[in-house]
Amino acid sequence: MLRLENVSLAMNHESGENKDILNNINIKFEPGKLYAVTGPNGGGKSSIAKVIMGIYKHTKGNIYFNDEEISQLNVTERAQRGIAYAFQQPPRFKGLRITDILKTAQPNMDSIGLRRHLRDVGLCPEDYLDRDMGPGLSGGEIKRIEIAQVLAREAKISIFDEPEAGVDLWTIQRLMGIIVNKYKQNQDSTAIIITHNERALPLCDEIIVIEDGAVKASGTPTEIWPLIKEEIECKKRLECRGEFGYEF
Amino acid sequence: MNFNDQDMKLLHAITDLDMIPAGAINIRRDGEAVIRVSSPNIKVYPKEDKPGLNVEVKPGTKNETVHVPVLVTKAGFHDKVYNTFIVGEDADVTIIAGCGIHNDSHSDSGHDGIHEIIVKKGARMRYVEKHYGEGKGRGKRLLNPTTVIRVESGAYAELEMIQIEGVDDTFRSTVAHVADKANLKVIERLLTHGEQSAVSEIDAYIEGQDGSAQILSRSVAKDKSSQVFKAGLIGKTECLGHVECDSIIMGNAVIKATPQLVAEDARAVLTHEAAIGKIAGEQLIKLMSLGLTEQQAVDTIIDGFLR
Ligand SMILES: Nc1ncnc2c1ncn2[C@@H]1O[C@H](COP(=O)(O)OP(=O)(O)OP(=O)(O)O)[C@@H](O)[C@H]1O
Ligand SMILES: [Mg+2]
Repeated sequence: MLRLENVSLAMNHESGENKDILNNINIKFEPGKLYAVTGPNGGGKSSIAKVIMGIYKHTKGNIYFNDEEISQLNVTERAQRGIAYAFQQPPRFKGLRITDILKTAQPNMDSIGLRRHLRDVGLCPEDYLDRDMGPGLSGGEIKRIEIAQVLAREAKISIFDEPEAGVDLWTIQRLMGIIVNKYKQNQDSTAIIITHNERALPLCDEIIVIEDGAVKASGTPTEIWPLIKEEIECKKRLECRGEFGYEF
Repeated sequence: MNFNDQDMKLLHAITDLDMIPAGAINIRRDGEAVIRVSSPNIKVYPKEDKPGLNVEVKPGTKNETVHVPVLVTKAGFHDKVYNTFIVGEDADVTIIAGCGIHNDSHSDSGHDGIHEIIVKKGARMRYVEKHYGEGKGRGKRLLNPTTVIRVESGAYAELEMIQIEGVDDTFRSTVAHVADKANLKVIERLLTHGEQSAVSEIDAYIEGQDGSAQILSRSVAKDKSSQVFKAGLIGKTECLGHVECDSIIMGNAVIKATPQLVAEDARAVLTHEAAIGKIAGEQLIKLMSLGLTEQQAVDTIIDGFLR
């Protein structure tokens, strides 16, 4: 379905020097599978998503989507081909209502569909459909609406960038259930979840660990678990001691 | 009544009406009243000393609407009109005003509306004024409304002033006097493009104890257009006031926004927020990732912002 071949990304850093962000990434995403992308902060996970969506233009390599080389396509064209991306930090829109943004995501959707997608992310449609996408929504609410948009798009490839960030545990568990149901074994679609969540990781078919802009490891959860277990447990201990801040 | 399609189109643009509604109404076209109807509770009659209207709402009138739109369709015609609105005690009404100009010629046409609004004790009033211009000629379409409003004790007034399209030059002046426990809300929506210029000055004097005023302006300036926005709150006693000007700037446009707070009493609480910025790249990319083209994304953001 989607193939990254020797993809590299370099970007101008604030200091002015060119910085390598991704180095020779090779990943193949198959239909009907659920992928997790994980790894330390700043490793390059979001950059991979942005390169797939066309938000960042990779500097080397090729990206194939259903055997079409899509490197030259812009964001709109990639969206129209069937790629969707739920941002790690979604923007707000003053004056646009939640209904408007969901209808933009899926123009053919009727009100039953709209409501279902809001419920999927734990928001009560009656309370939210007419609300403004501006500063009046909380961070977690914006994040959930972002996920609802991508669910609503029914895309061939759906990328969720840290869906758990700022979202309560109950909702994220329910959401993982929905994602597993919707994408696993559905031969028309693939989902990629960028996550640090130890409950989400085992539900995926394959885990890809990204570190320093490269694929450090990839395999089934059983294969990968020993590699990342230590990191996750260490994080948990620090959390308990209150030394590990929340990520935004 | 001799209304053609073009008149109806203008009327629709400024009032959303598709037909002439029941109830009190006055439609002025090229300086003459083409329709004038009073209702049992709302009296609409001409001024004797100068062009214009008096609209009087009986005390206690509830949930009625009066329409007083103005159309300018004659090339080179410049209309000037004085209107007075008096909303009686404890009434609750909506006034739909507004002006539509069609000008295909090369000479300027326009409308100067001078309005006086008095909202009596305990009354509620919503006043909606939409401005719209169209036509292919080089002649300018000019609109210069001047409004003085008095919101009496315990009354509530909402002024919604919208100019979305086709007006080349506008100078708007609004002065409000807010009495004790009275509440004023001014909402302004403005879009300019091409070489259009818009100036809006609003001064709200909060004169009575526990009075409040809010001025909320959102505007978009495209191309080479220019906007000047000046909003002043003058708190003369214990009161609350807030000004918000929020603008999107595009192309080579120029926007000048000056919120001004004047407190003449230590108990006055006055605040302001002003922001001018271009459309954020993140917003465009987000909407493009939902399948919109860049232009569609820009239009969606602007339509939402000015709603
Ligand atoms: N637009 C940009 N300009 C410059 N540097 C960037 C830009 N975007 C990302 N980077 C850099 O690229 C590296 C990878 O960032 P990326 O956002 O992909 O990390 P991540 O793995 O998603 O991290 P996190 O877990 O914190 O979300 C970081 O060092 C970051 O500073
Ligand atoms: Mg990231």
